[in-house]
Amino acid sequence: MLLYLIKRLLYVVPIALAVSAVCFSLVFLAPGDPLSAVLPADASTEMVEKLKADYGFDKPIPVQFARWVGRAVQGDLGTSIATGRPVAIEIGRAISNTFVLAFFACAIGFTLGLFFGTVAGYFQGTWIDKLVTAIAVAGVSVPHYWLGMVLVIVFSVVLNVLPAVGMGADGSSQWAWDWEHLRFVILPAITLSMIPTGIITRTVRALVADILAREFVAALRGKGLTDRGVFMHVVKNAGPTTLAVMGVQLGYLLGGSILVETVFSWPGTGFLLNTAIFQRDVPLLQGTILFLALFFVALNLIVDLLQTLIDPRIKRS
Amino acid sequence: MKLANQSRVLAAALSLTMTLGAGGVQAQSTLRIAMTAADVPATTSQPDSGFEGNRFVGLTLFDALTMWDLSSADKASTIIPGLATEWQVDAKDRTKWIFKLRRGVKFHDGTDFNADAVVFNVEKVLAKDAAHYDARLVAQTMPRMPTLAGARKVDDYTVELSTSEPDAFLPINLSNLFMASPTAWAKSKSWVEFAKNPVGTGPWKFTRLVPRERLELVRNTDYWNKVRVPKSERLILIPMPEATTRVNALLSNQVDWIEAPPPDAIAQIKSRGFQVTANPYPHTWPWQFSFVPGHPTADVRVRQALNLAIDREGMSKLLGGYMTPAKGVVTPGHPWFGNPKLDIKYDPERARKLLAEAGYGPGKPLKLKVQISASGSGQMLPLPMNEFMQQNLKQVGVEVEFDVLVWEALFNNWRIGAKDPKSNGAHAINVSFAWQDPFFGFARFYDSRMVAPRSVNWGWVQQPEFDKLVAAARGAFDPAERDRALARLHERAVEQAAFLFVAHDVGPRALSPRVKGFVQAKNWFQDLSPVTVQ
Repeated sequence: MLLYLIKRLLYVVPIALAVSAVCFSLVFLAPGDPLSAVLPADASTEMVEKLKADYGFDKPIPVQFARWVGRAVQGDLGTSIATGRPVAIEIGRAISNTFVLAFFACAIGFTLGLFFGTVAGYFQGTWIDKLVTAIAVAGVSVPHYWLGMVLVIVFSVVLNVLPAVGMGADGSSQWAWDWEHLRFVILPAITLSMIPTGIITRTVRALVADILAREFVAALRGKGLTDRGVFMHVVKNAGPTTLAVMGVQLGYLLGGSILVETVFSWPGTGFLLNTAIFQRDVPLLQGTILFLALFFVALNLIVDLLQTLIDPRIKRS
Repeated sequence: MKLANQSRVLAAALSLTMTLGAGGVQAQSTLRIAMTAADVPATTSQPDSGFEGNRFVGLTLFDALTMWDLSSADKASTIIPGLATEWQVDAKDRTKWIFKLRRGVKFHDGTDFNADAVVFNVEKVLAKDAAHYDARLVAQTMPRMPTLAGARKVDDYTVELSTSEPDAFLPINLSNLFMASPTAWAKSKSWVEFAKNPVGTGPWKFTRLVPRERLELVRNTDYWNKVRVPKSERLILIPMPEATTRVNALLSNQVDWIEAPPPDAIAQIKSRGFQVTANPYPHTWPWQFSFVPGHPTADVRVRQALNLAIDREGMSKLLGGYMTPAKGVVTPGHPWFGNPKLDIKYDPERARKLLAEAGYGPGKPLKLKVQISASGSGQMLPLPMNEFMQQNLKQVGVEVEFDVLVWEALFNNWRIGAKDPKSNGAHAINVSFAWQDPFFGFARFYDSRMVAPRSVNWGWVQQPEFDKLVAAARGAFDPAERDRALARLHERAVEQAAFLFVAHDVGPRALSPRVKGFVQAKNWFQDLSPVTVQ
């Protein structure tokens, strides 16, 4: 187990390097200039070249990359070109905001997904199953930014009962877990929860239906086990796979959604990435993507370990 | 009784709805503005985010030596005294200017504004050895005042500014150099730290910055110009780059004012009782022609024909009326318009004749390649507008091929010029521009020295006539004479059809019905001081 853990942790190094290299290359392959964030649109080529030299962007790309990696391994993700603020602080602020949104989206998505999936699995082939499957398909098929806009039009513009944008009347720095602020999270969280709801519903439905059709379940019933007892067996058998899917979904949600966060002006990692991409803010882009990649790797590792704990048949060695 | 109960229930429900209402309850005198910028413009004293940054951060927190008169919706804005009360060029050496400074002005931190502060603020973008020199500030500033060369204190309230060559445009250029408190900078000796608590002399004072979310300001009741002490108590500026999000924020009362509502949302905004304001301002949406020998657009007859082939009134209908047909770089009635002999209008018959004279006709159609973008700041609606022009030009026998680039790439190509291989042999480029400053509107396009890499004379216009006219305007130090010189330059620019002049934007803004007192000046900048929220 320890060996497995060390191995997994070592995998992080090539993953982080590969992610950084790909991200770095993409920024330079895309049209535009990494200094566009600090240059007026009509700055002359002369000014662009001067500033490139000041910022070190006149050096060959591999040199720039090596310098960045050198600083990153020492924990210095650099400063944003556009704002001059440390990238680590920018990421920290954004990830905490995305966490709030992801927490509620998970709460909604996981609860509904588990409930709908279990019900559909138990009532396979009936109208209930068909209805739940339709909801699940809609959840993964409807573009969530479109759904977000519809929710805003209905609940914010027409009914005027929920806020359309932002993270509170005074911004994220004044965030509190009270109704005045929680109502800002309702619409984006519902929007963001649609995909995990759909995916988890479909996964759990398939698992439950499959487990219920197995011989051991018939044997358990034959031995007179109660429905509640059978249900507990279903949960135990469906648990590891469901947990893996939920872990991946949690990773996606914590990574932030560029579209949903942009539609709702939610100042999380998705919003940050969107700004960084449009401003060609290389250090900010690099730092954010690296952080999210490492986060994803860590989350997968945690899920793997949890799977082992709840299902002793899975051996990690 | 039953009716009374129903009324009470209805009133309670209404009250609950209003309490739950999206915007929450804001103090009545708080003005909340959603900008198009993706982030709060830099508060380092030289904002980024283009002129929107100057509009909402530069001119609120800070002042410049010269300012735009933004009090009229009818007259063209002119430069008026700001932190300088008067200025004059040295008659013997026209690269030196004397600026007399306003007395009694204090920075928000209570320190005096004086000549030392002006020298400090010039050095922040010029003196490479100075501790407060900053590359980011230079980038935001120097393209807008390319000839500024130095500053010297004469006495506490007099400074001498020098230019690299005689340049009558300097007082206009200086409206972009904002005065920051040297004392506030000295506390941290860092512009990044200064930006966390910026100190200027402007009509609004800093209270709070939440990066990427909001900038909160409070009115400066001690502002030196008592007429411009803000009527609202607080100003909140919120970056909101997504146009639909801005509209939703306005309609749900989370903001009181949005910049640039999308044209297709304007009917809905109006139908809900919100105000939409618009006024032409110094913005031109053109095709900038290549004068490179061998290109068909090097022929003045071709350029004139193309100008006469566009149905600008039809395009205005396409945009719901939110554009003004262009008759030149500047709008008729502006002091720089002059009296051009070529009347830019829709005259397809004459366009065909001119093309025939230039050797083009049904047997030999004129083929043009134009570089455009699919979107971009200030570009209005580039795809439908360009397609509309393509159809117009087809009717006079011109075949137009578009080279569609992303906005960033288009700007890069604008900088490198028509001769560069990356321009793909394009005969024109579609980049809109500001012309409230004569350097922006004229010098950078017609001065032969302004070809790449120095500036954006993209088409390699290198005609002695234009060089003389630019030099005459730059050398006209009396404002009236300068205007006449610019009018002569403009007349020739129109007669030579140096651009395909298409449209002027009208800067639409949508405001809550509670917003009162806003006068939309014919300018990129606007005065927020008289605005109240009732």
